[in-house]
Amino acid sequence: MIPLARVVGSAGRRGPARAGAAILCLVILGALVAPIFLQSPTAQPDIQHGGQPPSPGHLMGTDQLSRDVLTRVASGGRVSLAVAAVAVALSVTIGALFGLAAGYWGGAVDALIMRLVDAALAIPRLFLLLLLLALWERIPLAAFILIVGATGWFGTSRLVRAEVLRLRETDYVRAARALGAGPGRIMFRHLLPNALGPLLVAATLGIGEVILLEAGLSFLGLGIQPPTPSWGGMIFDAKEVLVTAPWASVFPALAIALTVLSVNLIGDALRDALDPQGA
Amino acid sequence: MTTLLEVRDLRVSFPAAAGQVWPVDGVSFALEQGKTLALVGESGCGKSLTSLAILQLVPAPGVIDPASAIRLGATDLLALRGEALRQVRGRRIGMIFQDPMTSLNPVFTVGDQIAEGIRAHFDVSRRSALARAEALLGEVGIGDAAGRLGAYPHQLSGGMRQRVMIAIALAAEPEILIADEPTTALDVTVQAQILEVLDGLRASRGMAILLITHDLGIVAGRADRVAVMYAGQIVEEAPTAELFARPSHPYTQGLFASVPRLTGPVGRLTPIRGSVPPPTAWPTGCRFRPRCPIVHARSETMPPLLAAGPDHRMRCWIAEDPR
Repeated sequence: MIPLARVVGSAGRRGPARAGAAILCLVILGALVAPIFLQSPTAQPDIQHGGQPPSPGHLMGTDQLSRDVLTRVASGGRVSLAVAAVAVALSVTIGALFGLAAGYWGGAVDALIMRLVDAALAIPRLFLLLLLLALWERIPLAAFILIVGATGWFGTSRLVRAEVLRLRETDYVRAARALGAGPGRIMFRHLLPNALGPLLVAATLGIGEVILLEAGLSFLGLGIQPPTPSWGGMIFDAKEVLVTAPWASVFPALAIALTVLSVNLIGDALRDALDPQGA
Repeated sequence: MTTLLEVRDLRVSFPAAAGQVWPVDGVSFALEQGKTLALVGESGCGKSLTSLAILQLVPAPGVIDPASAIRLGATDLLALRGEALRQVRGRRIGMIFQDPMTSLNPVFTVGDQIAEGIRAHFDVSRRSALARAEALLGEVGIGDAAGRLGAYPHQLSGGMRQRVMIAIALAAEPEILIADEPTTALDVTVQAQILEVLDGLRASRGMAILLITHDLGIVAGRADRVAVMYAGQIVEEAPTAELFARPSHPYTQGLFASVPRLTGPVGRLTPIRGSVPPPTAWPTGCRFRPRCPIVHARSETMPPLLAAGPDHRMRCWIAEDPR
């Protein structure tokens, strides 16, 4: 078994992971810092000059409503990244708890949870989301996060269950049981901490997936609602001026692509680091 | 001496293709306070399963026969469930396992893991549990105990880890320590040190030890009594000195003949023919019969444990009828 610190350390020595981490840091830093120096993302300072190309005044140009694209990419990044982080944290937590319960207790509990997961996995996540999101006219941000989080844990629970089934038979779990450890202590001190590696990989790759999902849903108008900026929403807004002002959709799209690429690079490196046969 | 732990007619069954098999089949022994009882046998003889049954740790789908009895003082161990069972595990009976490389949780420091054992059974703060952990590390012979508290298992050698395992098992001050092949995975020099530690603890704490081993060599001088197991049964039991002086069962004699001696004439070692059959293939009558150099006339019938000398019993008809 490989402790988490060593997995992260080993992943950190891989080139792609470093590149991914660097890009991600840049994106996060930009999302955190840039809006402080820039004008409000909803401000419309220059109503006559919408759809301007990139210039020293507007590094990424302005959209058809004359809003600064850089400002909106940066503050949309805040929203998109925060939504992804919270939703993934939620789905990883739910997935870990269900996987832990299924793997530890086995029997009827396991059968019930896993058949539920099988059924949920038979429905494409996007359709499931469309179904749930259609319940709202304008969905509140918190509800959106909750729904995305609550539909993302199925795969994670399988993963954790498999790990728990393996770990349950290890000598240290047997030793803990022999020394009087109860179910709670075995699950949360012995099983879960040792399953954190694969869980971390799932979480990292999950971030990329949720960013894409959020962008897709916002593009369909079902995700984050205007005027709150989000990357997907920006592309949706700019699709009418795709030919005359391509910068208004190209830059948010680039932000999505870079972010997803960076988290996937990190996730793949973590997975390689976990794989005993990996280079 | 008072009997602390009494195992009577312990049988453990597993489902098999044709009905059931009984890898532990009628094992009885008593462990006295402050003494060491060694359970000796080849792999597959049921000795580890016997020790696991004491704490109801028989792996699924194994089942302990309800007619078996295991008593710790006045407590019927096999009747315990849930919280009451956890109060005995660790607190009254501690256990250490064969492989110290895999018996420690890799993600926590050894200090944490010892403190966990203490706090599982005593209502103390983390800080005082860690102080206690440090004292325990000293007691099992780890130098720089304070410094080692923060070490992770992978930073320690096999011998060190086994000492940590012993410290964890001692954390809740059990009356009995079950040591399941505690030195098998260790170098010979480290083996002696670990046995020394165990023996010292037995003396200083008045603890009883159930030593499970396949190695007759480590039994001499450490154990007060020896029970030899073969094919799920005890085939010979006696005080250590008596057993070493007069091994009587053909299987025990075979074990001694297959161990090299430092004294006496140099000769060829005599191995026991064949190997322990699996529980599905145990013969009727005496189970050692297919490998036995004697094969007594009555061996078609399973012999009971018969008197073979003072305080010395064995499961062979030659005790009654030496032909």
